[in-house]
Amino acid sequence: MISLRGISKHYQMGEEVVQALDGVDLDIGRNEYVALVGASGSGKSTLMNLIGCLDTPSSGQYLLNGRDTSTLSDVELAQVRNREIGFVFQSFHLLPRMTVLDNVAQPLVYRGIPRAERRQRASEALERVGLGNRLGHRPNQLSGGQRQRVAVARALVGEPSLLLADEPTGNLDSRTSAEIMGLFDQLHRQGQTVLLVTHEPDIAAHCERIVRVSDGRIVEDAANRNRRRETH
Amino acid sequence: MQAYLEALRAALASLSAHRMRSFLTTLGILIGTGSVIAVVSLVQGFSASISDQFSDMGGSTLTLHAVNNNENFRTGRINYITFDDVDVLRYRVPGVQQVTPTMQINAAGVSYRGRTVSPSIIGTSSEFQVVQGRYVDQGRFIVPSDDRGRRRVVVLGSKVVEDLDMPANPVGEYIRIGSEWFKVVGVLEHRGEILGFSQDNFVVIPFEVGRAMSGNRSRPFMSISFNVADLTEVEAVRERVKRAVRLSRKLKPGQPDDFRVEAADSFVKQFEQVAGTATAVVAGVVSISLLVGGIGIMNIMLVSVTERTREIGILKALGATRRDILVQFLLEAGLLALLGGLIGIVLGYGAGVGVAALIPGFPPAQVPLWVVAAAAGFSALVGVVFGIMPASKAASLDPIEALRYE
Repeated sequence: MISLRGISKHYQMGEEVVQALDGVDLDIGRNEYVALVGASGSGKSTLMNLIGCLDTPSSGQYLLNGRDTSTLSDVELAQVRNREIGFVFQSFHLLPRMTVLDNVAQPLVYRGIPRAERRQRASEALERVGLGNRLGHRPNQLSGGQRQRVAVARALVGEPSLLLADEPTGNLDSRTSAEIMGLFDQLHRQGQTVLLVTHEPDIAAHCERIVRVSDGRIVEDAANRNRRRETH
Repeated sequence: MQAYLEALRAALASLSAHRMRSFLTTLGILIGTGSVIAVVSLVQGFSASISDQFSDMGGSTLTLHAVNNNENFRTGRINYITFDDVDVLRYRVPGVQQVTPTMQINAAGVSYRGRTVSPSIIGTSSEFQVVQGRYVDQGRFIVPSDDRGRRRVVVLGSKVVEDLDMPANPVGEYIRIGSEWFKVVGVLEHRGEILGFSQDNFVVIPFEVGRAMSGNRSRPFMSISFNVADLTEVEAVRERVKRAVRLSRKLKPGQPDDFRVEAADSFVKQFEQVAGTATAVVAGVVSISLLVGGIGIMNIMLVSVTERTREIGILKALGATRRDILVQFLLEAGLLALLGGLIGIVLGYGAGVGVAALIPGFPPAQVPLWVVAAAAGFSALVGVVFGIMPASKAASLDPIEALRYE
């Protein structure tokens, strides 16, 4: 589903050229549950941005569902983000002035789906993450864990190919983190492809496969043999 | 369409999230449109009432005036309209229907039972009421036999009746004009004031009586108003009058006219021209305040874009295109300005009505619909134009940078 070949990315920082990624090859299949791990500055964020189509590579090829994204225009990239990728961010990134329901429905606005249907689908997505009773609340009326569930619902509402989570438990306490990871486990079991970006081994331990990035290269890519299974 | 509707919804939501700020931002536009509407409503109300007052005197009424410049007054060679001119118009020009000479008479004042006032005293003929559209309310007007018999009769303006503290029906009373006694035969309809000048502060006596009072050798200031029988002939008659008057005054070819033939509504036309110029000047001044208002909007929108950088990043991550963001911010700026414009229109109209009510005798304020539409449209346009810069800044934000923004 995702296929990266020889992906490189460099930035101009003043006089210096920073090589953030250097010839990365990576394949992720449907319904995989992958952790992307690495220290800060390793290039994992850059890799995530590329996979999430927020950025384009300097060289190399990125096929998403067989489509080469390196040649897409801004508008087409926006459409890919809208349809194929569901983002979950560390600091939730909900829109503070909107209700939970409107937050979740927002991605559907850009598909031109009528309001009634958007609300219907958003409330279904919220139902899936266990927040069916919080539709009219505003983000600041919710706990951190609940906010992250809203963010997950928003990522899911467009039925994306890939759920892309960037340190999804970074701002949560350990009990809530476990809850959120339970939610990801569950979504994976339901057939969702999940890519987690994290630097916490505990979180990576939930995944089936761990890809380790260092200095802009993939240094390890293996199945997770000590996978932690939550008992529900 | 759906996308614009969504952008409109989003723009409204973000404006109502900062109500106070939105209101303050619109103040510039509000004051700008408010003052335009206030001034325009006063000017329009005034000019409507002027046109209304003169509508009785149609385009078929022409007036013959003497023309004098400063040089004439300095050297004492003042041009007059003469009694000969009256006869020329009466008997020598075909197409002229009713002729009414109007003479200003200098007299010591008008007295009644010890009270004296100084209205203008006009000597004129019975046609005056038709030509000038002023009719009596009580009694009768000057009739031709008054002229022929040089009867000492007078028709009063309502202001004079009031000022002299005369009975409600003064017909039959006697007043003194200068040193002569006149019998009151009628009172004219009340007309009110234009810009604080009473239109009722005059008395009318028969033309020949006026002539007698002035003395045979003196030359009173006179003008002659006349009707044209056929409306389509007005221009032709005007030319004929000019030729006949030139001939009787023995003006040589090449010598300029020392008189002028004016349509009675030419004053209205001049006034409308002045009113139009005034409106244009005010619009020019006010457009500067709209410009300042627009800059205010641009400033706040730029602040707002910076403030909402992260929100823009989120929307972009969720699939908003540049265009989606651009449209939303443009609509926001446009709505802000439109809002200010609409409030300004309401307040400006209120101010116009208030001012018109405060000044005694001032006609009620009026705002034509096209002015309202233009003011609203123009303010929205100002918003959109000044929103372009902030909106394109928002639209071109890099999503990664924007998401990282704290």
